[in-house]
Amino acid sequence: MTELEYFLGLDYNTWWFLVVGAVFSGYAILDGFDMGAGALHLFIKGDENRRIAFNAIGPVWDGNEVWLVIGGGTLFAGFPEVYATLFSAFYIPIILFLVLLIFRAASIEFRSKEEMSWWRTTWDVSYCISSILLAFILGILLGNVMQGIPLDSDFEFAGHWLGFLNPYAIIVGFTTLALFMMHGAIYLSLKTKGKLLTKVTHFVRYTVIGFVIMFIILSFYTMLYLPEQTQIFKEHPTLFIVPILMVLTISNITRLIAHRKYFPAFLFSGITICLLLIVAALNLYPNILVSTVAEANTLNIYNAAASQKSLGIMLTIASIGAPLAIFYSLFVFWVFRGRVELDEHSY
Amino acid sequence: MDVEILSRIQFAFTIAFHYIFPPLSIGLGLMMVLFEGNYLITKNKKYEQLARFWTKIFAVTFGLGVATGIVMEFEFGTNWATYSRYVGDIFGSALAAEGLFAFALESGFLGILLFGWNRTSPPVHFIATVGVWIGSMFSAVWIVVANSWQQTPTGYHIVGEGMDARAEIVDFWAMVFNPSSVDRVLHVWNGSLLAGAFMVLSVSAWYLLKKRHVESSKSAFKIALMVATTCSLLQLVSGHSSAEVVAEHQPAKLAAMEGHFDSSKPADLYLFGWVNREAQKVTGLAIPGGTSFLLHQNFDTPVTGLNDFAREDQPDAVNAVFQFYHIMVSIGMILIALTLCACFYLWRGKLFQTQWLLWVFVPSVLLPQIANQAGWFAAEMGRQPWVVYNLLRTSDALSKSVQAGQVLFSIILFGIVYFILFLLFIYLLNKKIQHGPEELDTDTSDMYTDKLSPAK
Repeated sequence: MTELEYFLGLDYNTWWFLVVGAVFSGYAILDGFDMGAGALHLFIKGDENRRIAFNAIGPVWDGNEVWLVIGGGTLFAGFPEVYATLFSAFYIPIILFLVLLIFRAASIEFRSKEEMSWWRTTWDVSYCISSILLAFILGILLGNVMQGIPLDSDFEFAGHWLGFLNPYAIIVGFTTLALFMMHGAIYLSLKTKGKLLTKVTHFVRYTVIGFVIMFIILSFYTMLYLPEQTQIFKEHPTLFIVPILMVLTISNITRLIAHRKYFPAFLFSGITICLLLIVAALNLYPNILVSTVAEANTLNIYNAAASQKSLGIMLTIASIGAPLAIFYSLFVFWVFRGRVELDEHSY
Repeated sequence: MDVEILSRIQFAFTIAFHYIFPPLSIGLGLMMVLFEGNYLITKNKKYEQLARFWTKIFAVTFGLGVATGIVMEFEFGTNWATYSRYVGDIFGSALAAEGLFAFALESGFLGILLFGWNRTSPPVHFIATVGVWIGSMFSAVWIVVANSWQQTPTGYHIVGEGMDARAEIVDFWAMVFNPSSVDRVLHVWNGSLLAGAFMVLSVSAWYLLKKRHVESSKSAFKIALMVATTCSLLQLVSGHSSAEVVAEHQPAKLAAMEGHFDSSKPADLYLFGWVNREAQKVTGLAIPGGTSFLLHQNFDTPVTGLNDFAREDQPDAVNAVFQFYHIMVSIGMILIALTLCACFYLWRGKLFQTQWLLWVFVPSVLLPQIANQAGWFAAEMGRQPWVVYNLLRTSDALSKSVQAGQVLFSIILFGIVYFILFLLFIYLLNKKIQHGPEELDTDTSDMYTDKLSPAK
């Protein structure tokens, strides 16, 4: 292996692991709320209310999805082995994910273009179902990455093409869905008012309960069947602060909603997503794709990485580009701050 | 069918469908910038109407471009895992730059462009419009750079052997400015600007013929005609320059494009023809030695022919490469003739009374689209059998863990979804065009609240 390059005491590979992690966290937080809002869509009744729900995510969903594009790019760029192995291993779920993304985009794009109620209902249903399935598939993929997949000595996937459907992954899938629904409900509480807001605050209450239940099931399942996942906490007991923080954040969300502090609540649900992914990253590091066949076949941040030269170039690109990208996002959110109004002078 | 041919069909189909939209976004982006810029300077409401109207059309093409574009990024990993491992070190930095510098810019400002008319001041909105357009231009740069590296690789070295061989970056700028990238980026930009300009020409011509939105359509037609004329002439220069690079670096591709077999002879320039590969003969109308003249300024200079290459190193579909290439070139010539003719009538002050010419412009929107598609098919099929020229064969680039059934499933799925999507796109486009620009300035320009219907 070539000499590792360092920046501020961390090697380039670790830096890029952090970059990929940060971009996917950003994606989960941003697209998470519009997928979550989409998953709740059919519970919102009445054409005008549904249009408010669409307009709540209207100016931002496209920018949110760009984080996925960047995430895919950073993974391809920094860890091409992982990109190649992971995407070819989960061929069918990834193709379904892509098709659902298209359906979702089409639903948002086309829904309000016609007034016929069958037209609007069709797109409402396709929007809601595709949002639910997208969140679920993301969770399935995360669950599989967390517990590892069979990889042979060439780092090629050696399992069954349906292997992605296993109990742990399905539990993570439902947990992700519940988490996004909670996050989306809180986002909608920022954007709605009146009767719809009252209804949305009910959504928040139910989805918080749903998420907590799923989180408890996931934790118990992990402790019972995947004890190696908790290894990191035994080795570094100080890291227990992360799950404790998470419990505090979640209980804080309910308190904030009860006090009508919707924006802080939204920040805290974003922090919850972030903490969950930090736990996942802590468990994995320095591995990315653990082989369940033999330890030597595991892809980690060193054997899966691009060259030091390439990582160096990309870290330079990222340190210039990332602040710009974050600035654009914040600017757009600032321009469209406040609640959705549907009069003829609204946006 | 095996995984290779299925994967190639899948890629060709999804990329061809995707490529309907980005050129339109880039081209319409410039048109929006020009309309809105004119509005800022002249304060004339007709330019504002135009900017708002074309923004709505742009919204439809842009959304579909993003949705179908994400598919492309993931397909490298799903279907071409070996390729991804091989080029990851090189492709990666281009892709990262594309995401961070281009996509973030265009999608970030898109929200303001589409929904921000009443939320921002006109100059800020204009900045957002320019941001979206620049972003789309940049995104074309990085992806074309990556593709050009596959055609003419430089700035790399190969590490490992056999299964483990990888291209690793040595010189970033040599990779970015590989021999073909500048020419190809310019060629793609021009093609895209033509796609947008001809869309505006086509719709404006139709309005003029139908005597609707006459004032604004005249202005739109003139502005688009300026862009279309400039770009179609530039395209001739950039196309010629591109062909020289192909001749130098990818002689087998050039030979296939021109149907040239015998290296000891000068190459003819076919206006059209049909290649019989077995007989090594092209039937058609040609200028003898024409290609030799274009490349070497001499009708008698020999040009490398296909016979110099082993059969397994030649493009597998020579006649297809020839046809696609000739379709592109012929359309390029038609565009020049068409725009110059319109400029002449405009100069004589008779353009908007010349009905037949306006009628010709109505279907002209298809021409740049067809040329863009044909050009890419010629470029990519001409690159075969290599995925990275002279380094990695397409047949070695596949995902080893993927089976034919899975690929077939994905083709069927994408086929159905894209078919529906295409119908919807045409339907909506038609509807928006029938509706036309708002004549008054009370328009709310919100794509989701086009019509305010009462709540049930």
